[in-house]
Amino acid sequence: MKGLGRGLLTLAGLLLVWQGVVTLGELPPYILPDPSAVAASLWRNANSLLGHASVTALEIVLGMTLGTLLGGATALALGYSRRARRWLLPVLIASQAIPVFAIAPLLVLWLGYGLGSKIAMAMLIIYFPVTANFYDGLRHTPRGWLDLARVMLPEPRRWAVLRHIALPAALPALGSGLRVAAAVAPIGAVLGEWVGSSAGLGYLMLHANSRMQVDLLFAALLVLAALAVGLYFAVDAGLKRWLPWHPPNPETVETD
Amino acid sequence: MAPAPLGVSLRAARLVYGGLTLFDGLDLELSGGCFTCLLGPSGIGKTSLLRLLAGLTAVGVSGELRGDDGLPLTGRVAYMAQQDLLLPWLTVLDNVTLGSRLRGERPDRERALRLLARVGLTDCALARPDTLSGGMRQRAALARTLMEDRPVVLMDEPFSGLDALTRLRLQALAAELLAGRTVLLVTHDPLEALRLGDHVLVMNGRPAILSPLPDLPGVPPRDPGDPAVQAAYRAILRLLGAT
Repeated sequence: MKGLGRGLLTLAGLLLVWQGVVTLGELPPYILPDPSAVAASLWRNANSLLGHASVTALEIVLGMTLGTLLGGATALALGYSRRARRWLLPVLIASQAIPVFAIAPLLVLWLGYGLGSKIAMAMLIIYFPVTANFYDGLRHTPRGWLDLARVMLPEPRRWAVLRHIALPAALPALGSGLRVAAAVAPIGAVLGEWVGSSAGLGYLMLHANSRMQVDLLFAALLVLAALAVGLYFAVDAGLKRWLPWHPPNPETVETD
Repeated sequence: MAPAPLGVSLRAARLVYGGLTLFDGLDLELSGGCFTCLLGPSGIGKTSLLRLLAGLTAVGVSGELRGDDGLPLTGRVAYMAQQDLLLPWLTVLDNVTLGSRLRGERPDRERALRLLARVGLTDCALARPDTLSGGMRQRAALARTLMEDRPVVLMDEPFSGLDALTRLRLQALAAELLAGRTVLLVTHDPLEALRLGDHVLVMNGRPAILSPLPDLPGVPPRDPGDPAVQAAYRAILRLLGAT
């Protein structure tokens, strides 16, 4: 629990700096409210914040799930079919060339103001890191393991090798992709909410901003940050639990 | 216990790598049921030769390979590398039965457990490889090799990463458990070759040639302090130009 103590200390330090800036700079509360005002707002609006946070959390979780499934499937296809590589790789790279920010209004137009457009946004934003990392892992199965399988198998069985060796060997790489995804998925969801929505923390922030409720804006921001950090640690803990063999594979160096 | 002995014959083996001919027109005979050690300095092409025998062909390597029954060797070879190549996400037991799962067969857990008992790993059957010491991991790899139950076993410096004492123990264990199979062990350690080999081949020169050493008396594993072993050791060092 050393990490927790350090985290709390950092948090206390940040709060202190925040309060210092407000006090020394004599900033009015509509520019930067002090921490106690934000805390009060947090407490006052707890119900509404919780409601909006649950909407955003749902968007993030569904976006992560769908994005992971889609990214995983793409990586598998890329790894195991040359034709898929020829057709999908350019699409994958092009998908990164178009910023999600640019198509956010389109997605809202197509998928509406509800959950759909936000889930799509989160999904799009995590699709690339998940696919790229997992594909990389699938391409770099240690050669020694593949040699072993080749000697064990009288005739090549690609699916057996994929299932028993290449796929599990690539899971740590997929894990790195998921960590990145957990960090960026909230961006996608909140972006979607900014462009057009009737619920969620992003919506609440825009709403509070236009009404000069800067303390509420900050309270929503804090909840969002807590959500993002919580998601990251949940994913990290899950990965450590399910992929306990990190750090991965022994290097396979050929010696003579 | 072991399957019927199978000799191996490799003809006209050739390896060209980066414009360099490491060997060309090389012939190698492994007599069935014998433990043969292939000794040579680093970079001479020993590993490539072993990989050729294992069917792990690469660009620039060729040769005519068959068993002494005239049939191809495919599916009749087991391979053990310098790295234990244990899959870190599987238990030791599941690693030992990897071959059958790859082939879509039902793993014979009873036999795997018996083999683990013979290499002294009964208590570690359900442990993950990263909790094992280097020697234990290599013993697990030996059990996995035996589990394949192939007449020909090819080993590429399987003991070179171990400390001296563990290496001596594992050599004795391997000699005992692999008796009756056709074994080729690649090593750069002359004492290991003399301790384990029914026959010892020295690979040297460029392009490399194979020259057999006179067979030593006694049954492997020989005592490294045996005068015959010591004399042969000195002869090898002279042959390889070390003294």
